[in-house]
Amino acid sequence: MTSSCDACLRRGYLVGLLAAPIAGLLNDRRRRPSEVLSLDDAELAMAVGGSSKDEALAFLAHFDPRRARADLDRAGVDAVCVHRAGYPDAVRDLGDAPAVLFCRGRAELLAKVDEEPAVTIVGTRDATPYALDVAHDLGRGLATAGVTTVSGMALGIDAAAHRGALGARGATIAVLACGPDVAYPRRHRELHRQICAEGLVVSELPPGQRAYRWSFPARNRIMAALSRLTIVVEASESSGTLITADFATQLGRTVAAVPGRVTTRVARGSNKLLRDGAPVIRDAGDALDELFGIGEQPRLSVEPPDLDPLERRLLDGIEAGLDMDALCAFAGLPVAQARAALAAVEARGLVRRDGLSGWERACG
Amino acid sequence: MSDGPSLPVVLARVPTFALEGVDAREVTVEVDVRRGLPVFTIVGLPDAAVREARERVRAALLNSELEFPLQRLTANLAPAWVRKAGASFDLALAVGVLSASGQVPAESLAGCAVSGELSLGGELRPVRGALAIALGCRAAGLRRLIVAPGSAAEAALVEGVEVCPVPTLARLVDMLHGRWTPDPPATVAERETSLPSAPDLADVRGQADARRALEIAAAGGHSLLMVGPPGAGKTMLARRLPGIMPPLSLDEAIEVTRVQGVAGIGCGGLATQRPFRAPHHTISPQGLVGGGARPRPGEVTLAHRGVLFLDELAEFTRPALEALRQPLERGDVEITRGQISLRFPARVLLVAAANPCPCGNPGDRCTCSMVVRDRYRARLSGPVIDRIDLVCQLAPVSAVKLAPGAPPGEASDEVRARVLEARERQLRRLASVGIASNAEMDARTTRRQVSLADAASEPLADALDRGLLTGRGHDRSLRMARTIADLAGAERVGREHVSEALAYRVGA
Repeated sequence: MTSSCDACLRRGYLVGLLAAPIAGLLNDRRRRPSEVLSLDDAELAMAVGGSSKDEALAFLAHFDPRRARADLDRAGVDAVCVHRAGYPDAVRDLGDAPAVLFCRGRAELLAKVDEEPAVTIVGTRDATPYALDVAHDLGRGLATAGVTTVSGMALGIDAAAHRGALGARGATIAVLACGPDVAYPRRHRELHRQICAEGLVVSELPPGQRAYRWSFPARNRIMAALSRLTIVVEASESSGTLITADFATQLGRTVAAVPGRVTTRVARGSNKLLRDGAPVIRDAGDALDELFGIGEQPRLSVEPPDLDPLERRLLDGIEAGLDMDALCAFAGLPVAQARAALAAVEARGLVRRDGLSGWERACG
Repeated sequence: MSDGPSLPVVLARVPTFALEGVDAREVTVEVDVRRGLPVFTIVGLPDAAVREARERVRAALLNSELEFPLQRLTANLAPAWVRKAGASFDLALAVGVLSASGQVPAESLAGCAVSGELSLGGELRPVRGALAIALGCRAAGLRRLIVAPGSAAEAALVEGVEVCPVPTLARLVDMLHGRWTPDPPATVAERETSLPSAPDLADVRGQADARRALEIAAAGGHSLLMVGPPGAGKTMLARRLPGIMPPLSLDEAIEVTRVQGVAGIGCGGLATQRPFRAPHHTISPQGLVGGGARPRPGEVTLAHRGVLFLDELAEFTRPALEALRQPLERGDVEITRGQISLRFPARVLLVAAANPCPCGNPGDRCTCSMVVRDRYRARLSGPVIDRIDLVCQLAPVSAVKLAPGAPPGEASDEVRARVLEARERQLRRLASVGIASNAEMDARTTRRQVSLADAASEPLADALDRGLLTGRGHDRSLRMARTIADLAGAERVGREHVSEALAYRVGA
């Protein structure tokens, strides 16, 4: 099921094979990943040098595409190479575009980003509840409008954005710094499974590869390339998120940001982007204005199925962040009945526990 | 003896008691008087306070116009291997000296135990653990117990032991000679039966969720965690929990009095209120569960049959919370020190309180980052959270609710009436199993005693399927559902009861 030529496939596996030596190279000399990744196969082998060089040359000489394809099939992974139609033009804008993208899930989402623009949502792993809420709402709002959400499946903002999109049954693409079949961070195993099933997981590295320090900025360039708009939800000044924003700027994509609390350290980077002139994103509507022009947004409505008026009111209350007492008043129920109704919607997967005693809206 | 039989050996034996945990161990004070240099020796593992008794006894006897024999006095506290501590042996030593020197008739002391501290003037002073001592008396088959008037009301709670309150040593001698009879202390029948005057729930405005959770906790004996921002009224609500629990039964009251007597915090008579203990979060494991070189009851024992309130649960040290595991599971604490192993009762209703996150600001005004919140939650998880049945949410109090004209909340009396009814239903159902509340049911009993109406098990099955519930959580939810049904007066547990229980549960 691979749609990749042999040469590109070999290149993809070569990068996987040399992932560790590349890490050594990039850590030692403070180079940018693109300096290494833009080299051709032979140059790359020379660059890593030493015993890795011999290994790489032997690999290049004896690469067996049939075995690699069998390997991919076993892992349930598709490979889309730069020479085939399924490869998004948007990623070709990169000077060091990966020869092959290893995909798991709905590979058709990749090419779709050329026709219908996608939005990349990035931010800190250590986010405030406010920023998590905003990221979740952005993912959901964009999904409702039929826009694909791209993110990195990291803790914090990334995961919130993916979850928001999945909750509204929308398309979402996770770009990983490890192989597409590897659930990293491990805490997101369930999210990874869900994105593989309902969205798409993409990586430059072949199946089974772990993540390296260099592979995070490397995947950030793919995230930036995939969409026309990158939204930074919350990022400190030293955050890796800003690398994605840099890539997006260099590629001529729009970088926007969500205003954060000015006294919060984790929002300094995103607030600085706003200060420097980045468009302000308050909600999915602003993002759609940015993508399609003001008022030109396609609006599709995806609502969870068959909710009775009471359940809908409970869910609205939870989305509004009401505490239990306020929720009872809002739903017009005594507390015992409100609690019972909550358990019922929890059992349907529409809400879930948030922390010790709170509730949050969950995907359907 | 070279002096020959002209001076017969005079030996006195007086039973008294030493406290070990909440039990009293019988100790016999033997006093031997013989000719020789006037010295007074006490043997049998006495501590400094017991050795000092010599001076108190001598002065008390002389100041009561009694004779302190100028002979060689030896007192032995048997069994000799038990450590004796404190001043409660004073009276037994004095009576021993009196008896050994022939100042009181030996036969008047038959079947009679004494316990009390002496002042230099000869007055009797109350001792700790009078109730435990009276129980020890009864167990040892002693008919009479002589104590200070201050200890009498507590000791008299035990039936089958004649408690004699005696104010002074002189009066004691009169009594033993039959020249004076003490007034009997108030008996159990005359004890005050007024309802506890705990703070009232009517003082709490709003907080519907927490009120409901308190009611369920009180009705079924389920442990409770309250989560809310600072100032929402967590402590205020917790303090009102004893007031909506059923009044202490006589047996429970005696257990509580015994513990309080041993700890020296009793009210003198029978305890009428369920204890409420709120140890500070800096407490040591020993302070919480009891311990020390001479083991003393900890907070969990002082809260026996009442409420143990752990405010700021996340701030308690892990060793302290770990130490709570055993008492919460078994209802008692076992402490082993050297040769002795003590058991303190510790059946408590656990109530904990925590802020939703370190900054304490509600919901979207929280400024904590994810790492900080995760760390906080990790600190909360553990031995105590595992034992919590219900979690409820407290709202920050709004100005509207606190306005002078705002309607008061429901009063404790009304809530307690519902709780009592629910408890009676449980008692009727569980009497055959020998437990009193739903929370005490084990897995087997739960399955046997909780009968679900049709379709009531659906929410449970859904939750299990979704991985929201483990087996333990399943049983716990069933027990809570049973209590909720008891509050509703339902014979069988309905779907709405199960759902509500699920919504109040803590975790999986």
